[in-house]
Amino acid sequence: MTNASISSNPAHTQAASIFMNAEFMNDLRLQMVKFARIQVRDEQLAEDAVQEAMLSAYQNIDRFSRQAALKTWVFSILKNKLIDLLRKEKRHTAASQLEDGPNVNGEELIEVLFNKHGHWQKSERPKKWDTPDHCVENAHFWRVFDACLNALPEKYSRFFMMREFLEMDTAEICHNEDLTVTNLNVTLYRARLRLRECLEDNWYQAEKSS
Amino acid sequence: MMSCHQATQLLSEKLDRPLDTKEKIALGVHTTMCPPCRRFAQQMEELRSISKRYMKDPDVK
Repeated sequence: MTNASISSNPAHTQAASIFMNAEFMNDLRLQMVKFARIQVRDEQLAEDAVQEAMLSAYQNIDRFSRQAALKTWVFSILKNKLIDLLRKEKRHTAASQLEDGPNVNGEELIEVLFNKHGHWQKSERPKKWDTPDHCVENAHFWRVFDACLNALPEKYSRFFMMREFLEMDTAEICHNEDLTVTNLNVTLYRARLRLRECLEDNWYQAEKSS
Repeated sequence: MMSCHQATQLLSEKLDRPLDTKEKIALGVHTTMCPPCRRFAQQMEELRSISKRYMKDPDVK
């Protein structure tokens, strides 16, 4: 990223200074790589997508005068690159090869949550989610959310992210992952059950007891 | 009557595909009578909106 000519425009200079902020750029790069890696599961592809996204942002640098704007933009470019990657490439790792993870999953999870008649176990019934004292969008909440996502088995988090973050539709995910619709739906259901429970235990209820 | 297990699965699938009329009615009957599943339904919507904010909010990541 060396282009001396961009300093001729004051807006450029200001925006370009964001790119000169080594600490900010390094943080941003790490966040992007982490985000990309979860989805493409290939170190090199993830790194390449991040580099390309950063380069695109740099080439459109006059649109940004604030770090936050740059960050939003660069992540939206990255998101599109990841969707392209996921569309183009047949996955290196077939979904079936992904671990279900060591925690309580699948049928076991269902047995923990529901009794033999399929009704909620008393202790597992969803509790009210409210956070009257503070805004949900604070840094602490997002740390908990990240931790809950990371705690999901790989397969669960990948499908959840494809659906909810990349907004890919069912046909596309199934095609990419060689998956039946039923299989995808069941996996998404289990991912949501676990995420819901994790957020409730570690955020909504944790806040209440403290 | 539909069990909570079945109801919650439909409440998740509702985010992925349109439910048919029969499913909608059965789910409606169940959630009317089942506060935990009603809560679960709201939380599924909330999970979706949290995910949208996660992608949009620059301070999240």
